Amino acid sequence: MNKDIAGHTVDVNEEGYLTNMSQWNEQIAAAIAAEEGVGPLAATHMKVISYLREQQAAGAALTIRSMGRSGVVTTKELYDLFPGGPLKKASKIAGIAKPVGCI
Amino acid sequence: MSKHLLILGGGTAGTIMANQLRRRLCKTEWRMTVVDRSSKHLYQPGFLFLPFGIYQEKDIIRETRDFIPGGVDFLQAEVGKITPEAHAVTLQDGREVSYDLLIIATGCRTAPEETAGMLGPKWRDNIHDFYTLDGARALREKLASWPGGKLVVHINEMPIKCPVAPLEFSFLADTFFTGRRMRDKVSITYVTPLSGAFTKPKAAKKLSHLLADKGIELVTDFTAEKIDQERNVLACYDGREVPYDLLVTTPTNMGDAAIQRSGLGDDLNFIATNKHTLQSLKHPDLFVIGDATNLPASKAGSVAHFESETLADNVLRHIEGEPLKEEFDGHSNCFIESGNGKALLIDFNYEYEPHEGAFPFFFGPMKLLQESRLNHWGKHAFRWIYWHILLRALPLPGISRNKKPPVTA
Repeated sequence: MNKDIAGHTVDVNEEGYLTNMSQWNEQIAAAIAAEEGVGPLAATHMKVISYLREQQAAGAALTIRSMGRSGVVTTKELYDLFPGGPLKKASKIAGIAKPVGCI
Repeated sequence: MSKHLLILGGGTAGTIMANQLRRRLCKTEWRMTVVDRSSKHLYQPGFLFLPFGIYQEKDIIRETRDFIPGGVDFLQAEVGKITPEAHAVTLQDGREVSYDLLIIATGCRTAPEETAGMLGPKWRDNIHDFYTLDGARALREKLASWPGGKLVVHINEMPIKCPVAPLEFSFLADTFFTGRRMRDKVSITYVTPLSGAFTKPKAAKKLSHLLADKGIELVTDFTAEKIDQERNVLACYDGREVPYDLLVTTPTNMGDAAIQRSGLGDDLNFIATNKHTLQSLKHPDLFVIGDATNLPASKAGSVAHFESETLADNVLRHIEGEPLKEEFDGHSNCFIESGNGKALLIDFNYEYEPHEGAFPFFFGPMKLLQESRLNHWGKHAFRWIYWHILLRALPLPGISRNKKPPVTA
């Protein structure tokens, strides 16, 4: 389905995650971040978001371990940057799919 | 001089491949060997039932050799290092085994050492796991006499094999303590690093009520930083803490240590594998199946079964110099115990999430994504199917390697 985010029409799923990562831009990221209660996006946020988008494009699985060990940011920092659920929030802001289980 | 097809791992995937390929490869042209550290084959889905006394050990332990077909050698040995460039495997005892084709089916193991505070004096005292035979046994002893308190069921990080088993454990615990008339003395909390107990929309909509119905509390987005054994507390990186009296945790799952020693895996020791052909992304004469791969499919026996059918065809094509089939679709099919004599059945693949409907035929008899007593019967009957049909790679009528798309009404 469509949603208007920051003046752009994007395709999203029922939970508001972008289904087409190429539709993303930084204004969309900022708008989603505000919705998710994540403060204004600083350079460290954007470093994580770039990393996530690269990993997604390369087809790599997104896990806290890979993020924590990426050298981009530590696991503790991830929780500080994206309080309440780094995986689900960072991926939404980055315009990629939420990491999910099989069910 | 015959060629050699070597299979590392005599678990579900390795045993199925031995059976699949022995009957299709010419015996004079191809010698086959399966290597495993153990002479025993364990029915891993049974570990869930052992702590509650629902299964006995004799139900879930057999001799590996009984399932390796004639014409395949079984070598009980520990794998040291795999060197695909040299088409050789060195065993821990120093022996070198060379091969023409290699199938890695070394599975995945639990790694409690990966979480600070998991091992230590309280491990197998009030911190347990049921993902190994020893763990399931120790938990059985604990549950038999546990007077009650805070039971916390926990997943440390994803991926894990049999991803629904911790949830099943929670459901079965609710039934177990109810049966013992002590459910009011037990609180059950399910702690997950994911954003819900059910993360796929259809399943979440249909099944989320189960936790509330059974009085199971849910803590989500929780990445365990450490376990504080002195205070009996599970601590998250963001400062949240979950206190427990009995912690049933699922440690980090990693590929076999031999994969790490060989430099063949990612940071969890899973091997980069083509998700449709099952060929290694790096080495053409190497194929990978089951829990050892890095595929975005579940780590489950049913997945190994569905993979095996495509893999067998592709091994033959590879031998003939033909292009491989990009056929495997991530198909997985799992029974999920929901307690009180009922179970769910889910069927999904890379493309389709678990959905409602009937299985395996349009008329059923199993219901998908819905609790039923028939599904529960099916889960238990499956053990017979596993030993007698699945492991021997005999056909399962109506059950195809690729998932049938959901029927839209």
